[in-house]
Amino acid sequence: MSEMTQSELLRAISEYQFVAVELNLYLDTHPGDEAARADYLFYSEQLRELIRAYEAQFGPLMNFGHSPTDVGDYVTSEWPWE
Amino acid sequence: MWIYQKKLEYPVNITTPNARMAKALMAQYGGPDSELAAGVRYLTQRFSMPDRRVKATCNDIGTEELAHWEMIGTMIFQCIRDATLEEMEAAGLIGYFTMHSKGVYPANPDGVPFTASYIACTGDPIADIVEDMAAEQKARATYEHLIALTDDMAIIDPLRFLREREIVHFQRFGECLEILQSM
Repeated sequence: MSEMTQSELLRAISEYQFVAVELNLYLDTHPGDEAARADYLFYSEQLRELIRAYEAQFGPLMNFGHSPTDVGDYVTSEWPWE
Repeated sequence: MWIYQKKLEYPVNITTPNARMAKALMAQYGGPDSELAAGVRYLTQRFSMPDRRVKATCNDIGTEELAHWEMIGTMIFQCIRDATLEEMEAAGLIGYFTMHSKGVYPANPDGVPFTASYIACTGDPIADIVEDMAAEQKARATYEHLIALTDDMAIIDPLRFLREREIVHFQRFGECLEILQSM
């Protein structure tokens, strides 16, 4: 993970997040599906590690206390529409 | 509550100005079947849903719609950011420019401002979920119209992603309808 560029890491985060969103919405209507719950847990943990690696190198992705990192800063890094 | 993540759900990177597509994209930013209407519709309907699976679906799809609204806003901004006044005028955006310049305002392509009358909340779970299913299909159709209007892949690619999300959301709301009908 540490040898990935910023855009590669962001892309990986988006990919894992997409899987997590899909499984999350499926689980909303199928909360008892054990295989999907296991998949959701697996991808959630992978996603958390990717976000942690990103934030350690490039700064916080989230606001309101969810990105404890002293690298970079939330305010002055590029906004997504720039 | 909500936490903001400083990234788009799916990347948008439009480098060629396109005032004409900015105008068309406003359908999905401030029109009746826009991502804004979808997000507000589901997030307000969730309160009176009688089943936790249905509450979860309205909550989580409503949340995803806000991320889609951010994508559409980004697309409109990047389409008009470097557009000249002449290009804005040729695209029929002279009225828009007069009132909003390069700001991204929730109106439909004809300049009609967003209104809460675009959404319904009857408090009747079946009526509300059936509305949501129709809303997803209307948004899918709108994305297909938008895709037909341009050959810029930087615009088409995120539109394809958004179109596919409408199909998944329709599927999940259909499952909610089955849940409600079996109660």
